[in-house]
Amino acid sequence: MYQHTRLTNNQFSFFQKFKNFDYILLVCILLLGFISLATMYSTDGGQILYHTKSHFTKLIVFSFMMLVFSFINIKFWFSVGYFFYILVIGLLVWTYLFGIQSSGSQRWIDLYFINLQPSELMKICIILCLAKYFHRMKLENVNSIYTILTSLIIILLPMGLVIVQPDLGTSLLIAVSGIAVLWFAGINHKYFIYTMLGFLISLPFIISFLKPYQKLRVLTFLNPDRDPLGAGYQIIQSKIAVGSGGIFGKGFLKGTQSYLEFLPEKHTDFIFTLFSEEFGFVGSAFLLIIYAIIIYRIVVIGATSRSFFAKLFCYSFAAAIFVFITINMSMVLGLLPIVGSPLPIMSYGGSSMLATMIGFGVVMSAKVHSQQSIA
Amino acid sequence: MISSSSDNVTKLNSINRRMFITGSLKFMVMIGLVSRLFFLQVKENKKYLTLSDKNRIREWKLAPVRGEFLDYFGNVIAGNFEAYQLHIIPEEVEDFRYVIYRLKDLLELSDKEFKKVLKKKNESKPWETLIISDNLDWKRFSKINNHLYDLNGVKPVISISRNYPFGENFTHIIGYVSQANENDIEKNEIIKKNFVPGLKVGKVGLEKSLEEKLLGTNDIERYEVNAYGRRISQLEFQKGKKGKTLRLTIDTEVQKLANELLKDKAGSICVMDIFTGSIIAMHSSPSFDPNLFVFGISQDEWQIIRNNPMKPLVNKTLQGNYSPGSTIKPIVALSALENGIINTNFTVKCTGKTDMYGQTYHCWKKKGHGFVSLRNAMKQSCDTYFYEIARKLGVDKLSETAKKFGLGKEVFGDLFSIEKKGLVPNTQWKKNALGKGWLLGETMITGIGQGYIQTTPIQLCLMTAQIANGGYKIYPKIIVDDEMKDQPNDKFSVLYKEAKNIRIIQDAMFGSTNEVMGTSYRSRINDPKYQFAGKTGTAQVKKITERDRELDLKTFEIPYEERDHALYIAFGPYKNPRYALSILVEHGGNGSTTAAPIAKKLFKLIIDRHSLRDSINNKKYLEI
Repeated sequence: MYQHTRLTNNQFSFFQKFKNFDYILLVCILLLGFISLATMYSTDGGQILYHTKSHFTKLIVFSFMMLVFSFINIKFWFSVGYFFYILVIGLLVWTYLFGIQSSGSQRWIDLYFINLQPSELMKICIILCLAKYFHRMKLENVNSIYTILTSLIIILLPMGLVIVQPDLGTSLLIAVSGIAVLWFAGINHKYFIYTMLGFLISLPFIISFLKPYQKLRVLTFLNPDRDPLGAGYQIIQSKIAVGSGGIFGKGFLKGTQSYLEFLPEKHTDFIFTLFSEEFGFVGSAFLLIIYAIIIYRIVVIGATSRSFFAKLFCYSFAAAIFVFITINMSMVLGLLPIVGSPLPIMSYGGSSMLATMIGFGVVMSAKVHSQQSIA
Repeated sequence: MISSSSDNVTKLNSINRRMFITGSLKFMVMIGLVSRLFFLQVKENKKYLTLSDKNRIREWKLAPVRGEFLDYFGNVIAGNFEAYQLHIIPEEVEDFRYVIYRLKDLLELSDKEFKKVLKKKNESKPWETLIISDNLDWKRFSKINNHLYDLNGVKPVISISRNYPFGENFTHIIGYVSQANENDIEKNEIIKKNFVPGLKVGKVGLEKSLEEKLLGTNDIERYEVNAYGRRISQLEFQKGKKGKTLRLTIDTEVQKLANELLKDKAGSICVMDIFTGSIIAMHSSPSFDPNLFVFGISQDEWQIIRNNPMKPLVNKTLQGNYSPGSTIKPIVALSALENGIINTNFTVKCTGKTDMYGQTYHCWKKKGHGFVSLRNAMKQSCDTYFYEIARKLGVDKLSETAKKFGLGKEVFGDLFSIEKKGLVPNTQWKKNALGKGWLLGETMITGIGQGYIQTTPIQLCLMTAQIANGGYKIYPKIIVDDEMKDQPNDKFSVLYKEAKNIRIIQDAMFGSTNEVMGTSYRSRINDPKYQFAGKTGTAQVKKITERDRELDLKTFEIPYEERDHALYIAFGPYKNPRYALSILVEHGGNGSTTAAPIAKKLFKLIIDRHSLRDSINNKKYLEI
């Protein structure tokens, strides 16, 4: 009992915290960061230009931030769950009202030193918020109408704010993050099955509500050759890039598809294509393994965490990251229609990296403070 | 507390169970992604590699190197030379305006040319090569090279272009090349296949008809390009095949002399080997410089050529349909002999004119020739005699013999698209073409080569050659390497019924040139080495009226367009003949005074060069 108190009072020394670090996870994240930097260097045509520099800066700053976050007690992350959520909702409203318009959508807010995309942050905040919400809840209450309605509102509110930007892809990813928490919190699996069925049945109706460009993406996905120079261009060129990579790839800085500018969005959503073209099947499999290890370590951290909040967060975060990776890769490999979804850490983009690093930071904090229980 | 901890346990059980389900799902999805990668990158790798290459590699074709024309002795008569050109890629130039104005000064471009360049620049993409000047002289080219430090982005280029070193001498044989237009591309598959902007193709003459052999194949450059089609780097250079070099049977020296002899005259000369059918010279006057057309002729120069009343653009040798005049008489006489209408002893009394059904037919000699036999009639070209034998012979038999000796159809077959057939009339023809019956009077004037009958100078030359070689069929040719293939079966087939008839005609032609009273006696050569036999002809351009007859004007007193055409056909040396020729001088007045003297000069040179020509031939066989 005494020991327990002592632990809850959390008087870890700095070095003890260091010892508690998950170094495998850390190494994997840093390795991923290094790979992403090399790939970014390649998108700049083998020169250190704007994208490489900017990516490098973000990587350094956010990695450092992640380390700082790991030293903050998991209790703190628990306590700020709702606050973060409300803060980001506020930012989304701000975006809606005063955001920066670019290529037909209003997704960014100008913070003077950085253009922030709050919808990306919401992918993580919603996990924090829902994990806190379900942390203390008794299992019998989980399936009550009240709980389900509340959690649905928590998910639908940011989704709605993101859809009006308009950004269907990100809003779906936010939903995925939220649903992952609901799943691990123990909401009856029947609800998931019913929802899935309901979704499938209403799919034709949903499609009729889609914007023309979104419909086009779906149609293009079903048959990319229907307009090879227009809507199908991205997916065709992306498949060509990946396919021409072969087993060992064309070699670093030798990807012709990207170098000769056939690849669209090569810095952001299609970065995996470039990587895959230059490093081939072996490189892509290696990248997938790194992601797999990261996800596995997050799950292990969750499993060894004492608090339910930490468990819920880690499992959900792992699931969410996994879905982000899967959706991005399926998209560039021609398995899914094109939805704007970055590849965590690899893709260029501050907000996405910030969100992912916050997630890693919280996971690392859960590891460092794994014996911490939350009242 | 207990309930709370048991709740915790169930909660933990639930979350761990679900984690397990999720983990399994993740694993399966991961397998799915890897297999998709495997499918794309390993299994379908080839397909996508090809697609990627298709994306990034683009071919650029360069103009093929055209085959050359050589004369019989191997001299280049249509060759290639290195043209000095100036190229600019506009996007590589920092200050295009400065450079272009600097160039304008250095090249002394006229405002018109300058505007043309600017227009071209506006129409092309900034990374496409812009040709500022396609044929610079050395002086200006070196001047540009000296100023290159000042002309960033300007590239002096040496490219290969057509050159006709003998200028106008060969124009009517080989024609000329010029930039291909849509029509050329559409009509000719080979041009279509090898087309590049700025490609030069044959427009007339052999350059056109032998395009397939001459053109060659493109050099191909493969470049890596980016998504916007801009060249990044050269990957490969594939050398094309040069077009075939063709050797002609023409002797440049004779051809040059033919040019000289017809200077300032409109007319035609062709010289043929009577056994092989090789064309030694073939010239139509006036000619023009084919080099003018290679880089596009200027409007002024074009107007000068086009408006010349002597019609330099018409190839008179092949395209000119002329009345043969008296040069038809050997055939008329031969036909009469062959058909047994006359023999050498047959005589006619010439009084200067003959009346037939109220129509008067005049002999050129007003006083008449008196009693003339065949030999004398040929020698003095007595029209009355030929009226009479033509009347007896009939036009149908005459036309049969004429056609046998090569009149009335193209001499070169399909080789020259412009070649005319001429016309050898008969009764059937008139019925079909004009819907009228043949009149006897028409037969009579056909007998002196007037009326419907029309021949081209090359046909007359072939006719003469076939009389000179003893009456054997030959196929004229102008390209040496054609010898082996496509030998027609009836080459050297016999054209006569009795060999002696041919000899009678040859002898009569000898008389016409080498005996006193002969129409071309004044142009004879007594040295047996050069001695030749011929027949003059004077073709009326307009019907001679009674008034004209009374006036009896000298040639120079008649307006140019109304003067008679002067013709001459000949072969030589008389003993062991080798060469035949036909000469036509448009509006030259009189065959014996204008055309025959030309033959004299030609035969001197032709026969002098015979041994040289022979030695080339012998050498060729020795080498094998």
